[in-house]
This record gives sequence, C-alpha cells and structure tokens, in this order.
Amino acid sequence: MSSTPDVTAGSRHPAHARRVEFVREKIDGSACGVVEKPLTAWERVYNISALRKIFILLALTALWQAYAVWLGKSLLFPTFGATVAALWQGIESGELLQRTWNSISVLLMGYMCGIALAALLTVAAISTRIGNDFLETMTAMLNPLPAIALLPLALIWFGLGSASLVFVLIHSVLWPVALNTHSGFLAVSNTMRMVGRNAGLEGVRYVTAILIPAAFGSILTGLKIGWAFSWRTLIAAELVFGVSSGSGGLGWFIYVSKNDLEIANVFAGLFTVILIGLFVENVIFRNIELRTVRRWGMQS
Amino acid sequence: MLECQPGLPAAGAAGESPLLEVSGVTLQYKTKDHLVTATYRVDFRVFRSDRYVLLGPSGCGKSTLLKAVGGYLSPVEGTIRLKGEAIARPGPDRMMVFQEFDQLLPWKSVKQNVIFTLVNSGRLKRKAAEERALHYIEKVNLTKFVDSYPHMLSGGMKQRVAIARAMAMEPDILLMDEPFAALDALTRRKMQDELLQLWDDTRFTVLFVTHSIIEAINIGNCILLLSPHPGQVKAELNSSGIDEVDEISGLRLSDRIHKLLFSDQIEERELTSHV
Repeated sequence: MSSTPDVTAGSRHPAHARRVEFVREKIDGSACGVVEKPLTAWERVYNISALRKIFILLALTALWQAYAVWLGKSLLFPTFGATVAALWQGIESGELLQRTWNSISVLLMGYMCGIALAALLTVAAISTRIGNDFLETMTAMLNPLPAIALLPLALIWFGLGSASLVFVLIHSVLWPVALNTHSGFLAVSNTMRMVGRNAGLEGVRYVTAILIPAAFGSILTGLKIGWAFSWRTLIAAELVFGVSSGSGGLGWFIYVSKNDLEIANVFAGLFTVILIGLFVENVIFRNIELRTVRRWGMQS
Repeated sequence: MLECQPGLPAAGAAGESPLLEVSGVTLQYKTKDHLVTATYRVDFRVFRSDRYVLLGPSGCGKSTLLKAVGGYLSPVEGTIRLKGEAIARPGPDRMMVFQEFDQLLPWKSVKQNVIFTLVNSGRLKRKAAEERALHYIEKVNLTKFVDSYPHMLSGGMKQRVAIARAMAMEPDILLMDEPFAALDALTRRKMQDELLQLWDDTRFTVLFVTHSIIEAINIGNCILLLSPHPGQVKAELNSSGIDEVDEISGLRLSDRIHKLLFSDQIEERELTSHV
C-alpha cells in the first residue's frame, strides 16, 4: 500500500489527498439559456400524423390523375376525375349508397356473430383445459382456410341469400378474434390476476373487469384483423356469387359495372371499398385506440 | 426463541387472542420438474396493530408464506387462521400490496383504482366509496393526481396508490410483499417513513415481507427470521425501529440478525441490506 502521510493505515479512503468540500447555491434558471422552447409552426404541423397521411394521399391522387391522362384509355384506366364523377353520380342516384348499405348490413351481422362466438370460445378456453385444447386445435385447422372456399358449401347449406354470406363472414372473423383474445388473456400478468381475485372477483365479473381490459390491446388487434378479413371476404363473395345476397352489394355492383364496360363505375366501387376501409381504420378503430389503450399507456 | 409483544403497548399480551395465527404450516409448490417445499412447519402469531416483518434471504419462502396468508395457495400441512377462521381463498379482508408496479389497473385513474376494489368487493356503494377513496388518497399525498392514469406516475407514486387502495378497504390485515423493493434507495427510505406515519394515524395491522435487514428494523415492531431451503423459523425478535445495541449480546440488532441468518450458511449471498 503506497500511503501518503494524511491517510491513516487501514482507513477506507483512497491514497490521494482529501478533496475540499463545497456546497453551492442554485442559480436562477433564466441564466442557463434555453431550458424549454416551443416548436416552430412547421414542426408542429409536421408532427400531426393525419396531415402527413393526407399529404401522401394527395400525392398518390396526383400521380393517378397524371398517369391516366397520359395513358388516355378510359376503358383501361379512367382518370381520378372520371372516377369521382362516377362516384358522385352513384351517390346521387342512390344506387351506390344502397349497394354499400346492403354490404355493410350483412357485414355487421357476420362480424357481430363472429365476435360473440369468439367470446364464447375464449371464455371456455381460459376456464377449462379441454376448452383450451379445442380452441387451439380449431384455430390451427380453420384459421388458414380461406373463408371464400367455404362459400360453395354455404350455398348448399343455407341457399342463396344473406345467411350463407353471414356464415362465411363468421368464419373469417371468428378465428383471428378468438386467437388474439386468447393470447391476450394468457399474457395478463399474474400480479394483475391476483389483484382481481384479492378484490373478490370471480367468474364472469373477473373476465369483464380484469381480463378483457387488461388484454384489450390484443383484442383490438384481433378485431382489426377480423374486420379486414371479413370486409375482404364479403366483397370477394359478392363478386363471385353476387346474386346470392338478394339485392346485391358493393361487390355485385363492381361485377355488373365490369360486364357493362363502365370502368369508371368499377373504379368508383373499388374506391368506395377503400374509403370505407380507411374510415373504419382511421376513424373508428383509431378513436377506440385513443380512448382506451393509448390513454391507459398500454400502447405508445 | 424470543416472543414478540403485541404492537400496542396497551393491549395485554396474555388476554388477547391473535389476529392471525399460522401454526405448523408447510407449503409446497410444483415447478415443471420439481416439487419444492417452500416452508417447513412455520409458526407465528400476529396481533392487532402489529407491524410484523418476515425477513430472510431469497428462497426462505417468505413470499410464498404471504401468498398462503393471502389465500392464493393452501398449506399441505398446518393451518392459517384469521380471527379464528381458516383461510380458504383470496378475499378483501386481507389486502395485498405487491412489489410489481403493474398491480394498478392501467385502464383506471388513481381514484378509480381505489374505488374499484371498494365497489367490486361489495364493501361500499359508489358514492361512499368515492369519499373514502379520496380520504385515503389524501393520506398518501396524491390528491393532485386523483385523475391521473398509472402510467403517468413514478414508481413510488404507484406504490402509494397501491397502499391507499389496500388501506381504503380497511382490511383486517395488510399483506405487503416487498412493496418498496423495486424503488430507488432514497424513495424507499421516504416510503418507509410515510408508512410509519400512516400507522401512527390508523394503527393498521400489517404483515410485511422484505429481504432488507435495515427495512425490517425500520418498519417492524416484530421480526420473524426465516432460514432458507426450506423456510424455517430461525428467530423472532423485537424492534423499536432503531438499530439499538442489545444488552445481553452487546450487538446491534442488525448485527444480531446478520449473525443469525448467516451463522450456518455462508454461501447465501442474496440477502442484501438496502437502506
């Protein structure tokens, strides 16, 4: 040990000389320059994700219009202007709205039934071991099966009409929702479960008050996937077997317009499908997210 | 083994029956390929207004013991009685405060978190629950944050909410499972003092699990030392809240505890003495 005279042998002080102690007064924050500075107007505008998305949409529209004008073949690729005109005409005559409504009402019915069944299956899966095995086996078998592949069978079983469409819609919603909800339930932390049981919660109240909110992030993901699957399935089903849903929906509108070579109408129909998709994703699901998982800090 | 006196000097030790009586409790749990005996024939008694601390190194089964008192698992041998009745399942007469910050429901604000347990246990109606929630939130100095969500709070604040939530239930006994272990040393010290202040106010009964000797001395009026693998009672010591020198042994309380815990196994290094 290389000791200096001011360190006593065996003390826990390093060998160098002791420092001079000091205590300082806190200086005023204004003397430090920038502590907090508001962002510029441009930075704030650029921070709004809706505005950034709108900019992307505008750019795509401009590209579409430019390409269609340059191509000049309205039978192959109508301009954005012609599509909007056809859309407007469809809305004005009420035909497009009626078709859309037909599609959406069938869709909602299938979606709701699918969610209800998924809820039953997942509750069975978390409460019994056989229910768990049942859900796992069923999702493994049926989730990869395209819903549209069941339509011929559904037509035989339920006949021409919305019942067969609802059947395939249930199939397209049920598995993704059940799968996500179940994995969400399994991921609920043990502490949170113990808190729920400590409060004396059991059975259905335990599921609704603890498991569902705690797994809401996963449930919402399931609902989103289920929505996309069912919307996609419905349009495809209507395109192929359009007449099956009585008065016909949006897919049928696209199919008929193609047969009549009214390509602008085909585009208008597709455009409606996209608009509804955007609306559901960016308005409905977005708002649910803002009011729930984001507000609770479960998703950033 | 030394016997602890009940927490309140006024309550005579001889006449009063214990609030919580753990007698000959052996606890076992299964892991994937082992059957683990967490505690072996543990006895202790907690009286009203006790601040009873279970202290021991990792693996002494203190948390498992607390969970058994909470009703989350049942002993394979022995009995746990609360007010003379055997414990069968979790219930709001024994409120747990956990170590983890995620014990608060993230979808509820601070106030709603406290109300949630009060209402769901059927203890109070909505209106009365809100009044009591606000009262206890004030006690833990979080009145400014009643409408904040848990993710906006610091770790110490979250634990204070959990304590308020448990205390608002006015349970027979509070069960605290290393509630300050995940906090930084400065906050931890502050929380210990706050807990003692709350005790001065309401004289609740608490069963407190910790692996910190200093925390045990600070918080408990009685400390049960457990030795590990499997957890067995080693000693029961009184604490005045100060690390005093014992007249008989001539040692500080912390040194006595240290000696008792480490005399027979030196390899047990997990026991830390946080502030």
